[in-house]
Amino acid sequence: MYKILKKKSLNPTVTLMDIEAPAVARKAEPGQFIILRTDEGGERIPLTVADFDREKGTVTIIFQIVGATTEKLNHMNEGDELADFAGPLGRPTHTEGLKKVAVVGGGVGCAIAYPVAKKLHNIGCEVHSIVGFRSRDLVILEDEFKACSDKLCMMTDDGSYGTKGLVTNALKELIDSGEQYDEVIAIGPVIMMKFVAATTKEYGIKTIVSMNPIMIDGTGMCGGCRLTVGGETKFACVDGPEFDGHLVDFDEAMGRSSMYKPFERKKYEETCNLFREVK
Amino acid sequence: MPNMSLKKNPMPSQEPEVRNKNFSEVALGYTEEMAVDEAQRCLHCKNMPCVKGCPVCIDIPGFIKKIADRDFEGAYEVIAESSSLPAVCGRVCPQETQCEGVCVRGIKGEPVGIGRLERFAADYHNANFKGEVHKPESNGKKVAVIGAGPAGLTCAGDLAKKGYDVTVFEALHLAGGVLVYGIPEFRLPKSIVSKEIDGLKAIGVKVETNMIIGRTLTVDDLFADGFKAVFIGSGAGLPRFMNIPGENLKGVYSANEFLTRVNLMKAYKEDSDTPIKQNRRVAVVGGGNVAMDAARCAKRLGAEEVYIVYRRSENELPARAEEIEHAKEEGIIFKTLTNPTEIIGDENSFVSAIKCVSMELGEPDESGRRRPVVKEGSEHIIDVDCVVMSIGTSPNPLIRNTTEGLETNRHGCIVTKDESGLTSREGVYAGGDAVTGAATVILAMGAGKSAAAAIDEYLK
Repeated sequence: MYKILKKKSLNPTVTLMDIEAPAVARKAEPGQFIILRTDEGGERIPLTVADFDREKGTVTIIFQIVGATTEKLNHMNEGDELADFAGPLGRPTHTEGLKKVAVVGGGVGCAIAYPVAKKLHNIGCEVHSIVGFRSRDLVILEDEFKACSDKLCMMTDDGSYGTKGLVTNALKELIDSGEQYDEVIAIGPVIMMKFVAATTKEYGIKTIVSMNPIMIDGTGMCGGCRLTVGGETKFACVDGPEFDGHLVDFDEAMGRSSMYKPFERKKYEETCNLFREVK
Repeated sequence: MPNMSLKKNPMPSQEPEVRNKNFSEVALGYTEEMAVDEAQRCLHCKNMPCVKGCPVCIDIPGFIKKIADRDFEGAYEVIAESSSLPAVCGRVCPQETQCEGVCVRGIKGEPVGIGRLERFAADYHNANFKGEVHKPESNGKKVAVIGAGPAGLTCAGDLAKKGYDVTVFEALHLAGGVLVYGIPEFRLPKSIVSKEIDGLKAIGVKVETNMIIGRTLTVDDLFADGFKAVFIGSGAGLPRFMNIPGENLKGVYSANEFLTRVNLMKAYKEDSDTPIKQNRRVAVVGGGNVAMDAARCAKRLGAEEVYIVYRRSENELPARAEEIEHAKEEGIIFKTLTNPTEIIGDENSFVSAIKCVSMELGEPDESGRRRPVVKEGSEHIIDVDCVVMSIGTSPNPLIRNTTEGLETNRHGCIVTKDESGLTSREGVYAGGDAVTGAATVILAMGAGKSAAAAIDEYLK
């Protein structure tokens, strides 16, 4: 069992938890993910590692409440234990040799982008972070990004905080103003990553995206997480989760993610009703 | 006087039209009377070809004699000397090509129902045994076993019986490997698997789930943590696809994914949090036991029509005869000499049909089987809303990519020196599908057993 040591609400739909998992903490690197089950009979879901503390033996996860499992997880509290917590899975973000990078985060994807930005900053790389949210009340990790970024662009869709507009607007502006990046790393909704990749393609800037498809085991066994990259089928769990954004078939990936939508909605409603009744 | 009936006592089973709508076990098992009657068919011949036909060399005439004498617990004890998972093997071993395939009674008539008797003895023990389990005295030497499937569990059991301090590292949240994620409940109830694993725990085997060797720990970490030898039984986990257009459409599954959702994650139960697509017409591509399992699961999940699509003829189907027969009885439609060329999707990228060509058999290929050749102008469409690819698996790369000096072949299988399972790394042994590529439960158990003996020699 894996104890929840800390729980903090970052915004109305996004929660941070520190989980006691020394074996995972010992090996975790930015860019990798874990698979958890809240309880016996629960579903296996992948979540990207948001942070880790090797000494304390903890791994931080940040999740958005989008379905039955994340709803259940959000109802768990400090001191409660998760049934399963396995990892770290996937390949770590490649950071070696990078001198100047634009890190683009969208929504809860910022939780995954943050450890990457932090690691780049720690190895002496110049980091420009562009983070985007729908509105002010959904902003997360602002101070954390500030601490590890040489430049931070805060974007909101409705202009209620930072600059109004999309992350791609800010990225384009930076590039047009003469900033030269070795790489752009984009993590967020698939649609955002698709447009970031389309933007950077015009400039020929290498772009890495982090894919988060439906997955069961996370070790290469089921193949459910497959996606098309450069015309070839890849498994996000063992070949990724990070891929060259100019080669990923984003439309197919978006389609595959929606495969169980009706089931997921039904389960989510059932779970919410259950918690309502308990109250 | 032996029972000279030419036929085996038939296995009581659920009726096909009943069982193809539920996930309860198909075969119901012998009664005591049936078991004694069947046991009396054994001639106790001197050569004992059956024992040589068994990958783990169970004293088959020995345990059958005990059943004939109505000493059912004694029969179990004889089996348990050689096998760590008797209730499992009695159900899933391909006896027709092993012990029963060489049984003298099979020369004229049917062989002795060895598998059914093994199952009977194991089930009797599981239902009736109340005694204390003898836990062997520890010799203090630590051995790590990677993978809690048939190979790993057998290796762990044999080493624990010799006093080793064995820890099994399992990547999933539940021990059992293919016995829990692959083979369906109706063929191998999961309560039986968990009972067998509890039996191993009772003799001192430790099982650590959620430990992905190659990620959470490496083989080198295990040695650094004080393990003196390592057995790799990580299986052949990576599913293969055909590389035809449309394989990434919604509704195309690998057999691994389809079966894992159903068996490990219990998607067939109303209250499971894990989804599976509801299908009306399903094509399962492939002809092995895994394909039969997938097809029979699809039927039980409510599909109206389920096809086995296989490129060779019925004679070449690699599945066990019994599985094919069960599938047919349950209404699975066999489209043999048929090969998919494309999967077609609807406007929302869900599977709507599968395009196939008909095949005919030509000259024999390197496997000795007649090579299927495409028939000119035979292209046709089968309407389906789900396709399950069951065309084999390759070994998982996680361990070979993170273990320096571990030799693998071009297929990614770990290379072993000989039957001992010794790899190119000192103290590292391997067996099962990780070495052979996808094979059977009992062959993996045989490999686990040989490796346990070799590890014992090495650490003595």
